[in-house]
Amino acid sequence: MSFNEKIRAMYVEQIEGIKDAGIFKQERLIHSAQAADIEVEFPTGSSLKKVINMCANNYLGLSSHPEVVKAAHDGLDTRGYGMSSVRFICGTQDIHKELERKVTEFLGTEDTILFPSCMDANAGVFEAILTDEDVMISDRLVHASIIDGIRLCSAMHDTFKHSNMSHLEKKLQLHADKRLKVVITDGVFSMDGDTAKLDEMVALCEKYDAMLFVDDSHATGFIGKTGRGTHEKCGVFGKIDIITTTFGKALGGASGGCVSGRKELVELCRQKARPYLFSNTIAPVVVSGVLKVLDILSESTERRDKLEKNTAYWRKGLTEAGFVLKDGDTPIVPVMLFNAKLSQNISNDLYDEGIYAIGFFFPVVAKGQARIRTQISAGHEIHHLDKALDAFIKIGKKYDILSKTKQEIIEMYGL
Amino acid sequence: MEEIRDVVLEYVIEEYLEDEDEEISYETPLISGGIVDSFSMVSLKRFLEAKYKISIPDEKASPEAFDTVNSITALVKEITS
Ligand SMILES: Cc1ncc(COP(=O)(O)O)c(C=O)c1O
Repeated sequence: MSFNEKIRAMYVEQIEGIKDAGIFKQERLIHSAQAADIEVEFPTGSSLKKVINMCANNYLGLSSHPEVVKAAHDGLDTRGYGMSSVRFICGTQDIHKELERKVTEFLGTEDTILFPSCMDANAGVFEAILTDEDVMISDRLVHASIIDGIRLCSAMHDTFKHSNMSHLEKKLQLHADKRLKVVITDGVFSMDGDTAKLDEMVALCEKYDAMLFVDDSHATGFIGKTGRGTHEKCGVFGKIDIITTTFGKALGGASGGCVSGRKELVELCRQKARPYLFSNTIAPVVVSGVLKVLDILSESTERRDKLEKNTAYWRKGLTEAGFVLKDGDTPIVPVMLFNAKLSQNISNDLYDEGIYAIGFFFPVVAKGQARIRTQISAGHEIHHLDKALDAFIKIGKKYDILSKTKQEIIEMYGL
Repeated sequence: MEEIRDVVLEYVIEEYLEDEDEEISYETPLISGGIVDSFSMVSLKRFLEAKYKISIPDEKASPEAFDTVNSITALVKEITS
């Protein structure tokens, strides 16, 4: 059937519906390399504007690091551009195996398998290791890609209230009759920036013979004393059965992800995980870059230490200015505004001041929980943070939200 | 005998409401209203099956049938009768 006018009208209507709901997403074009200072064309067609980036997942400032760029160049020269094959036909190079070994060592696991992205790792892993005799028990705020993976798996699925350990325990008891139980959480939650209670979760999993799955995409490379991730921070290094993480954020930020954990589980992914079997893996140039990133991080904790200092500085500045923040100590620092429109207006005004930070609202976060999510980087210098703080304070005054409580902001702007 | 709908209401409040002061009634849309995601339905289904010693067939456990306390109650009554 052809794409006739009736069909087109139906889609046009759907797109208009998204616009009417105020949730139409638009891309902003960046004309420079990813960094603290970027040049942006927004709205499309307007002249370029220099802004400070406060919303990248470039936590360690490695996305455009000269050593990483050079390693990628070398990889391109020695291993070529593409593989033109999936892994198990003729798409595996020595450096893919080398990266799997190095990630295993870095995360303190038994084995690792690369995926084209962490989205793919999460989409493929559950179906590969569970059947309809099993149950998956997930935190209610896990990332969308985990939800997709759960949907693709025939095991029963249940949830527990966000970070609520007594509720999790009840669920472990409710599903005691299942063959295998997997508890599923993010290490650091991407919208709130809070950290999972992995120490308590490991204890519960041991008590009820459950496996523990952690998506550490917003932690690998910088959370914990040597940046190994949330398990290091919580004192349970070596005790997580399955970790998934991404190379698309702190670890150079290009692309790619992995499943790392118990060797039998990783082996089953190699045999059965569909995104691994039916999609090309990470390109050699990116593998070469990530290898360099892991070298840099294994040699010194300088970058994650700087990130920690920057984060403390930023949280202190915003708190003293009188903003309502989500509690936590990770580089994800949400400035709470509650009202969706207010978050959009403030984001736009910040942009005019040269600060690039995005408003998040329903359906990305719960209704009445709109916010501007700021993300700190080791690529920020104090002068960046000072300039951003000045802008936040100026705009905060404009909307009269400084030193106001959550209740007061809601009374002024509604939910 | 305890009213089925009160048992269901109490379970929904305990299981799904995050905020203590949130209030719901027998007719509050749970799934379409964003209080219960269709995923989290499974624990309610398991709870009802255990409590009333019934088996709710998957095709009957639709998001529509689970959307309000009243509709859930009707489903349980239909299966138990
Ligand atoms: C928690 C979490 N997991 C997985 C992903 C997906 O990562 P990737 O870009 O590698 O697919 C993201 C990215 O948004 C994430 O935040």
